[in-house]
Amino acid sequence: MPVCKEKLDEVALSEEEYQLVVERLGREPTDVELGMFGSLWSEHCGYKHSKALLKQFPSKSKRVLIKPGEENAGVIDIGDGLVVIMKVESHNHPSAIEPYQGAATGVGGIVRDIFTMGARPIALMNSLRFGPLSDSRNRYLFGGVVGGIAGYGNCLGIPDIGGEIYFADCYSGNPLVNALCLGIAEAKYLVRARASGEGNLLILVGADTGRDGLHGASGLASRTFKDERELRSTVQVGNPFLEKLLIEACLELAKTDWIAGMQDLGAAGLTSSAVESASRGDGGIEIDVLKIPRREKAMTPYEVMLSESQERMLVVAKKGYENKVKALFDRWELRSDIIGFVTGDGMARIKEGKKIVAEAPVNVLSSPPVYRKRVQKPEWINKLQSFDITSIPDLSSRKVKGVLLRLLASPNITSKRCVYRQYDHQVGDNTVVLPGSDAAVLRIKGKRKAISLTTDGNGRYCYVNPYLGGVIAISEAARNLVCSGAQPLAITDCLNFGNPERDDVYYQLKECIGGMARTCRALKIPVISGNVSLYNETEGEAIYPTPVVGMVGLIDDVAQHCTSGFKNEGDLVFLLGDNAVPDSSIGASEYLDLIHGAIKGNPHIDLEMEKRLHRCCLEAIKRGLLNSAHDCSEGGLAIALAESCTATGLGFTSSEWDIEGRLDAYLFGEAQSRIVVSVAPKSLWKLRKLADHYRISAVKLGVVGGKRFILKGYVDLPLKEIDEVWRGGLEKLLQR
Amino acid sequence: MPPSLFINGNIMKFGIIVFPGTWSDKDCYYSLNDILKQKADYIWHKQTDLSKYDCVILPGGFSYGDYLRPGAIARFSPVMSALEGFAAKGKPVLGICNGFQILCESGLLPGVLLRNSHLEYRCQWTYLKVDNNSTAFTSKCQNGNTLKIPISHYEGRYYADDATLEELESKQRVIFRYATIGGRVTESANPNGSLHNIAGIINKTGNVLGMMPHPERSCEALLGSTDGNVIWESIIASL
Repeated sequence: MPVCKEKLDEVALSEEEYQLVVERLGREPTDVELGMFGSLWSEHCGYKHSKALLKQFPSKSKRVLIKPGEENAGVIDIGDGLVVIMKVESHNHPSAIEPYQGAATGVGGIVRDIFTMGARPIALMNSLRFGPLSDSRNRYLFGGVVGGIAGYGNCLGIPDIGGEIYFADCYSGNPLVNALCLGIAEAKYLVRARASGEGNLLILVGADTGRDGLHGASGLASRTFKDERELRSTVQVGNPFLEKLLIEACLELAKTDWIAGMQDLGAAGLTSSAVESASRGDGGIEIDVLKIPRREKAMTPYEVMLSESQERMLVVAKKGYENKVKALFDRWELRSDIIGFVTGDGMARIKEGKKIVAEAPVNVLSSPPVYRKRVQKPEWINKLQSFDITSIPDLSSRKVKGVLLRLLASPNITSKRCVYRQYDHQVGDNTVVLPGSDAAVLRIKGKRKAISLTTDGNGRYCYVNPYLGGVIAISEAARNLVCSGAQPLAITDCLNFGNPERDDVYYQLKECIGGMARTCRALKIPVISGNVSLYNETEGEAIYPTPVVGMVGLIDDVAQHCTSGFKNEGDLVFLLGDNAVPDSSIGASEYLDLIHGAIKGNPHIDLEMEKRLHRCCLEAIKRGLLNSAHDCSEGGLAIALAESCTATGLGFTSSEWDIEGRLDAYLFGEAQSRIVVSVAPKSLWKLRKLADHYRISAVKLGVVGGKRFILKGYVDLPLKEIDEVWRGGLEKLLQR
Repeated sequence: MPPSLFINGNIMKFGIIVFPGTWSDKDCYYSLNDILKQKADYIWHKQTDLSKYDCVILPGGFSYGDYLRPGAIARFSPVMSALEGFAAKGKPVLGICNGFQILCESGLLPGVLLRNSHLEYRCQWTYLKVDNNSTAFTSKCQNGNTLKIPISHYEGRYYADDATLEELESKQRVIFRYATIGGRVTESANPNGSLHNIAGIINKTGNVLGMMPHPERSCEALLGSTDGNVIWESIIASL
């Protein structure tokens, strides 16, 4: 073999893959070609380990206008000629090395994914995972990531309306930074990511090209890494101001008929941008690297083609319109250069002046091998699941108060206000429900409707049971939207897993996707976009399998939206949904982890019940019966009640509860399919009728009012104390 | 929406200046046109003719990415010399957030806005105590009342030397102060470390107001507050 192992390692191709390249090309690849294959066939761009599994996701519904795969993201029709587009993407590995820039460019990248389609980005969310904050390195990563998201996002004028943050040991060396962006567009202005029409011109816009981010896709995102210092140069540096100009200029351009397509430059830079848009088009492309403006001297064609310098866009201008396009960018003080053109021969041809440095068929470059694996359930998962609940003593009544306060202060449950107040969540004048409720709500100006957005994903459940963890991730995201009064419309997902070449990790991936796909079909919610981030591990240990589900829903009348906080003194509080709380529901719970130091057990969910619960709750909200609705999740029933109190400062007094099974399971177990609602006494009979109709149990929990939080027989605390513990939890941990 | 707007019936022509990197322009445009039923236009920062406007808004955002210092580059835009002339004629100018920073950088208002004392960006609701209701921007307010209006900034800590502060205080040129919901001016109600809890000040001639909070974000009950309308209404009534 003419290339050495080091060279293949650098581009992250195996020897077998190299042989496949030689076979398909009919010759040895050039240096530049090898780099291009390495990037395009990486997991990050080519999905070689996940593609076969991802096919299980449903991608159609009557609202899906453009299916994912055809474009950067699927497009959802919300009526009145408007569409929404959303996508979530990981920037885990860059953030582990350089947290501020890693997170900042993660935001930048996902925003480009949205406006490249002609949609105005109107909301950002983030789903973050870190190791425990007792460790100073984790505090540094946390501060850097939050700072980077704030620094970049705030400058763009796109509201960051929340998300989620969880902590666990497994994320210590490998934090998860998933950024989600949602955009809205008039359907008629959508732009395709296609390089088509022979003779059309390729225009590169925005930042000059430098050596930053070389091998980001192949090196950082697609394998495990040991020495972070040697990889620091693979992290890009963001310029949010330039991005803001690109947003405005590109959205203006989208409304003209001067262009055939537009594609952002993300992972693998110009290589993936040009080849992917050519593969969606009908011909090939030719680029002259000498025409690409550089930040540094003496860059090789290899470096130019693989640079991941940020804030660059590739525009395919219709022949004859190139000067108009350039004039538009000039007005926004953006540099633009014609770097090549669309050809009719199906080749990706890269020249350096007159010399051809790479010439490979587009369809070969864009068809990486697809791997499948046959795997068995690992024995260690069986062991986790066979956890015997009776080995843990039940909670005594007098200990409930202490456990409640510890859970409220736990980093996974405590208020995240000290984070989201660093993000501008109101710019745009659309944010109706601010961060902190089950789902954020944005109104659509000039219409009665609103959209609701949430992210969700519990790695602990997926760790003990990847399949059910996947089922629960989708179900809970949908439940969050339902609590806001929204009908779920579509999903974007980011699958954060370990090294898929390991059998047990592949098993997790396969099972988790299986569970998610089944639930998407059961709840009739299509997946319109997504991203996989594999090779997440620290010192050889994989992270929890962590699917992050972003879900958007539609509220027909914004006046009917619902929030999690109690509203009126005297309202009655009910638990809607699964009231048979099995003892096993403390399995894999926050309670079990925090109080007993155990991460074991097996979650449970009844999808049919979940569906009926959604219908019941949605109809109750639409009919104006509910004054609040809050999903029962981490920390269980007691925490859900406390959160509904702290949201608005109204107290709660429980009825005399008749608890049959274990006390800890009833109060802190995480049984699924449960929503805490409050209702005016006069509407009670209507709610009961509705619950009967959907065969959903509705059990009275107590009454809203006063300034105390009272669970009769267990807890009687001033609400102020609950509030202070819940609000201050995270800040205390950060102030070490 | 306050009914007084329609009783008054004034229609003003607002101009909203847009620099590269400005982002509150759209929110101001929406609030003025759609909520307050006034006429508002965008003004690109290279425009130098402001003669058709009754009032000019410098909206929030990150003009020129806030590079160097917020407002430090925007102050050199062509529109700024036109704005000086506009202000010199006594016409109303309102700088919001980055607009306030630009007004200070350009010398139209005294003092500077430093990085928040806790060194973090802050986006949150604040309560503003109105200290002087005899201006064109606050005539519809009651002195001592509080307005619920949100902030969103990294550099909002108002700072000036003692002589300037003394001048501002003695001439009632501090218009808004961060306060508790009940109107008490306390340290804990100060979100950024501003001297004297200053959230907004006015120039000597009373026609140029700079404020860090965003009144264009509090014009609708759906979004949490309509208190910003009192400021807009005051401007409209001043015509």
